[in-house]
Amino acid sequence: MPTIIYSQPDGTSTEVEVADGGNVMRAAVNEGIAGIVGECGGQAMCATCHVYVDPQDAASLSPVEDDEDEMLDCTTAERTEFSRLGCQVKLGGPVQRLRVSIPSDQV
Amino acid sequence: MGEHILIIGGGQSAVQLADSLRSEGFAGKLTLISQDTELPYQRPPLSKDFMAEGAAPELLPLRAESFYEQQDIDLIRATRVEMVDPRARIVHLHDGRQLGYDKLVFATGARNRPLPCPGGDLEGVHGLRDAADAHALHAALPGARRVVVIGAGFIGLEFAAAARARGIEVTVLEFAPRPMGRAVSAPLSGWFTKAHLAAGIQLRLEEGVAEIAEHSGGLQVLSSTGNSYLADLVVYGVGVLPNAELAEAAGVPVDNGITVDEQLRTGLEGIYALGDCANFPSVHCGSSIRLESVQNATDQARTLARILTGQPQPYRMLPWFWSTQGSIRLQIAGLAAPGDEPVVLGDLSSGRFSIALLREGVLVAVESVNRPADHIAARKLLSGGQRITADRLEGITSLKELSAPMAPVA
Repeated sequence: MPTIIYSQPDGTSTEVEVADGGNVMRAAVNEGIAGIVGECGGQAMCATCHVYVDPQDAASLSPVEDDEDEMLDCTTAERTEFSRLGCQVKLGGPVQRLRVSIPSDQV
Repeated sequence: MGEHILIIGGGQSAVQLADSLRSEGFAGKLTLISQDTELPYQRPPLSKDFMAEGAAPELLPLRAESFYEQQDIDLIRATRVEMVDPRARIVHLHDGRQLGYDKLVFATGARNRPLPCPGGDLEGVHGLRDAADAHALHAALPGARRVVVIGAGFIGLEFAAAARARGIEVTVLEFAPRPMGRAVSAPLSGWFTKAHLAAGIQLRLEEGVAEIAEHSGGLQVLSSTGNSYLADLVVYGVGVLPNAELAEAAGVPVDNGITVDEQLRTGLEGIYALGDCANFPSVHCGSSIRLESVQNATDQARTLARILTGQPQPYRMLPWFWSTQGSIRLQIAGLAAPGDEPVVLGDLSSGRFSIALLREGVLVAVESVNRPADHIAARKLLSGGQRITADRLEGITSLKELSAPMAPVA
């Protein structure tokens, strides 16, 4: 099963298995990973599931679409070139293992 | 043993309040009483993801089950509060149990306004508000060729667009002259009317429902103008009613919801209300208002958590809303009112634009279609407290130009 490794700002990390097609926000909310809110229910409307994907994994992910790109401009924590909205990052296919870091603030 | 805060409700505002109380350092006893059997879940996907073809998606919880245990929050599910006794500070549950409290919060939400016509409760007539509604519709849609939607508000149009995308014949009846008339400006209503008609939705304005009857295995909808429509399925979204009866019976003042002040306090000491059920004075519209939105629920919850932990403050967050109708993403920042002057930014025909709304020459709200950057800029501008006057909107096509750090000020 695809696996996501969530790293917290304090250095701790949690490994979560997800079904094919699962996304980074949903898996985090289901597992109670602190720091990922997903307030809009995965509609790419609230930017409260901001994560930094591992630079080594970034290229294998589906590209950032326009809506996500614009919403990423309003994340609470600083946007970097590795910023994504967790609700738009799906696991499966070539993406079997993904490391993401959780920013210090979402709201 | 510390203070006991008891929250009645299991929706977005209730769960956020419990979460925020703990993160603000509240160490007392915390109880949530939810009528739902499910773990508290997110509602926005119900009218969107659940209506798509394929297997029913799983409910998205607001928080994982482990959260309640870790945060020492007593989540009591499938339980109704029968009565509140504010003098004794006790709530009576439907199973006969009694719980004492020190502070009580009504986060009781709202329910669908029933369809006020004969046949409104026939089998095959659906509301769309909770998980059971969404599951029932998801199960019924594969067998439906024709649906009639009653009410062209957010919910009705979100469902209509989703059904149309599945190839279903869709007729929408709206008694008012324009869709979403309570929530959006006239030019935006006009644009949406054209977009939905172009997608093949029969959007019938100034035509309400008169009666629904059974008709050879399906349903027949008779309209207020004398037309008749056959349907395999009828979905209605004609507004909601605040769940304020429990509060009212306890002697809490009620007027279109539970009346609260800027600090979300009801008229009774130690009792608060927030979210869909609360009617509060808003600085953004200059009067009392009840808002049914995720933003209002979560921001009021965060504010109330601070109030309840010794940081009194008024609730003044900027309201914002969204609706996804097929491929159209509508985002609204601020509260518009009838009479506001609309200024179109960008090109309506491009399908990506914003409408700025001015009141006495000052920006009060922005409606954005497929332009998230404008929406975000609008939220920053309207929250920032600066007055954006009409002259600053002249000649710009996107609000982003105004929010850029070095934007020249006219």
